[in-house]
This record gives sequence, structure tokens and C-alpha cells, in this order.
Amino acid sequence: MTQESVTQERVTQDAMDVQPFPLPRPSGCPFDPANEHRALHEQGPISRVEIWNKSTPWFVTGHEEHKALLSDPALSSDVHRAGFPHFSEATSHRQTDDVTFLHMDDPEHARQRRMLMPRFTKARMEMMRPGIQQMVDEHIDAMLAGPKPVDFVDAFALSIPSLVIAELLGVPHSDLEKFQDLTRVLVTRTTGVDDARNAQNNLLDYLEELINRKLEAPTDDLLSQLAVDRVRTGELTVRELATTGFLVLVAGHETTSNMMALATYAFLRDQEQLDKLLGMDDPKQIAGAVEECLRMIPIFQMGRRRVLKDDVEINGLTLKSGEGMILSSELANRDPKVFENPDVFDIERDARRHVAFGYGVHQCLGQPLARVELQVVLGTLFKRIPTLRLAVDESKLEFKNDGLSYGLVRLPLTW
Amino acid sequence: MKVSICEAKCIGAGVCVDAAEEVFSQRDEDGIAIVLDAEPRAELHAAVREAAVNCPAGVIEIQE
Repeated sequence: MTQESVTQERVTQDAMDVQPFPLPRPSGCPFDPANEHRALHEQGPISRVEIWNKSTPWFVTGHEEHKALLSDPALSSDVHRAGFPHFSEATSHRQTDDVTFLHMDDPEHARQRRMLMPRFTKARMEMMRPGIQQMVDEHIDAMLAGPKPVDFVDAFALSIPSLVIAELLGVPHSDLEKFQDLTRVLVTRTTGVDDARNAQNNLLDYLEELINRKLEAPTDDLLSQLAVDRVRTGELTVRELATTGFLVLVAGHETTSNMMALATYAFLRDQEQLDKLLGMDDPKQIAGAVEECLRMIPIFQMGRRRVLKDDVEINGLTLKSGEGMILSSELANRDPKVFENPDVFDIERDARRHVAFGYGVHQCLGQPLARVELQVVLGTLFKRIPTLRLAVDESKLEFKNDGLSYGLVRLPLTW
Repeated sequence: MKVSICEAKCIGAGVCVDAAEEVFSQRDEDGIAIVLDAEPRAELHAAVREAAVNCPAGVIEIQE
């Protein structure tokens, strides 16, 4: 690098505005990014933020840069690598046995992901649609038969994804109540660190016991297939497979649940879009509406975190090996270069370029399942209960502002 | 238009099947994407281009 370009780079970087991360969303705009972070994006698609430990990782807000960087093998997901921008003090002390392939690089990441891939094809997920439709119908029946108002989060949004994952993993019907209880503790906000660890261990113990049963009498489900193909062959231990099952649960439960509740709320506060949704009969249109929810409603609000293991040159900047990076999918999903009038919620737009599921080799494996679940819910709920409405004033709603996954703590509804 | 996939780098996210199910599918055994129709008819071209743009692993190649 020439002296001149070094100087140029320093000037650019010194002039950069650094904002804290995370910051609160603007009041009354529950789906919008913090104004300060929008201001950073207006200055450029790559900036810096300051996180809890005073480090200043790169902050990527541009859609094109988001895709380019998440495709770059210089970015590492390895949480044990120095410079990784941890979510919090607590997650910075993660033990090795807590780390799943989400936090590994290729080739080990690819090896483990590939074991799951055949169970997550779009065709397989579509086979689950009738069962999911039945689950949704039954939950709506129960809501309609029960007292009003109802907490939609508790009565619906937490329950369905957990039952869907139970089905995917192969949890037998006789164990469903136990499985629901175990998973509920995990995602309840009042659960302390020790209780969460206990809940995790109880669930892992349960999954181990279930895998042993599957080894004796395999059925057609994820745990049976991996038990037969990978545990019998010595490729995975029973505990490792239990951990994989646990990962599937963690990745697909709270995220999907939060989206179900937030998307329901998004339609209840926007009559025009709700009317459009109610008028949609073609499954393709409903699928399009789900894509717009994925674009517009942030779930993964703490950003995708990486650390650089090599220097990367991009947009005239040199991102140095050892530096951390936070990639904000919610700002990429509002990039005006890709989405016209990005702050307008419009379920008829083509939103499919969103990066709500991430990008690059770590992109969400369960996305076809999330899509089926959300398509069924949004295609059914308002048609079955056309008078569905908030049972409290909007200002009383409590959001998971500090959660890894954004959502509503409760959503009291009536009809 | 000629469509191909670099199978070794496919990550099985199913984005291509979602975008153009007439052109792409996934193998049951391993979830890897496959091309059903390597020379799709003109009305599918836009969907195939969209699949290539949105493929998270960038493994879809199009020759036009």
C-alpha cells in the first residue's frame, strides 16, 4: 500500500462517526432501526459501532456489501477467535461444548450442515404443510373456544413452532407435553442463567434418551435418520446428535415464534395491508406477503457477527485481519438501492432479495420450514378471525428490545 | 439460456427451488440442488436469474 492511500484511509476512518450498538428503536416505530444507525448508513454502507466491551467492530449496513462480505471466506464465525464481537459478557465465555456449527467455519461447518441438509429440502418441508395447517386450525379453534382476551404469544406463537420441530425431530405424541414444557422454559424471558442451563441439560438428556429409542426402533424423522446413518456408523455420538437436535430447536423455535407474533401485530396496525392480505387467495401472493414481513420486520436484531481472518479490501477500505464485524440484515433490508421506498410495508412488492435469513454458507437451513409455517399462519389466522384486534393500547405492548431475537413479550388479542 | 450448478459448493438452502421450481430441485439423499431443465424456456428466465442472484452460495451459473 502506498503512503498516500494509507493517509487517505486514515482520514476516512478518523472522520467516521461511531455510534453505540445496539440502540433503542424510535418510539412508535417498533420495526424501524435506530435513527443513529440509519444516519451511519447514510454516510456509507460500512461504518463502525461501539459494543459493550468498548471495541469498535465494523458495521455493515449496505445490501450489496452485506452479501459480498458474507460470501467472503475471510470472514470467520469462530467465536473462539480473538476479536470476535460477542453479543455480551455472558456469551464471550462460551464453553467449547456449547458451540454448534453455526459458530464454526468450513470445512467442519460444511460437514455438519450437510448431515442435516437432506431433512430440510423444500420438498420435505412442503410435506409438513398439511400437518401444520391442522395444528394452526386446532390452535385457532382452541382460542375461539376459550376466554378473551388471549395472549397470542402464549396460546399460539410459542406453541406452533415447538410442535412443528417436535414433528420434524420425531418426538412421539406421548412426549409432546413434556417436550413443550422443556422448550417453554428455554424461551421464557424470566428464566435465569442457571435455570436456562438446567433446561438445556434436561432437554439434551431427553433427546439422548429419545435417540436411544430411535436406534432400537427407527421411524421416518430427523433423529431416526441421523441415528441410523451417523450414530450407528460411529460418525456422531448420541450426545452430539442430541446437541444437533437442540440446535434445530433453538434455531427454529423462538425466531419463528417471534415472527408470528410480530407479523400478526404488523397487520393489526395496518388496515390497508390487512385488507390486501384478506383479499389474497393465491398461495403465491401469500408467499409474497410473507417475504415482505421477513424484509420489514427485524428478528435477528443483534446482527450477524463475524471476525476477519484475513484482510479484506472493499469500497476503498481495508478491513484488517483480527477486526470484528456486525452485519445488520435489518438495515440491508431497508437499503434504498435495492428496495424502493424501503420503509413502506407493502405486501404486494417483490421482497425476495431480503437477507432476513442471512447470506453465504451460513444462511438459514430451516428457511423453507419457516416459510411454510408463516404462510399457513398468515393465510389462515385473519380469515378465520376477521374481527381479530389488539386487546390493549399499542403503547402497553412490551417488546424484547434486548433479546438476541426481537419479538413481543405478550400480544393480548380479542375479537 | 444454459443453467448449471456447482454442486460441491451448494449449501442446500432451497432458495433456487423457491424461485424457479420448474428449473431447480433438490436431491432427496443429500439436499443438494440439481438442475431439472438446463435450457429453460424464455418465460422462466427472469425467475432463474432471480434464483442466481439470491443463491446464498453463489453456485448457479447462467450462460446467455
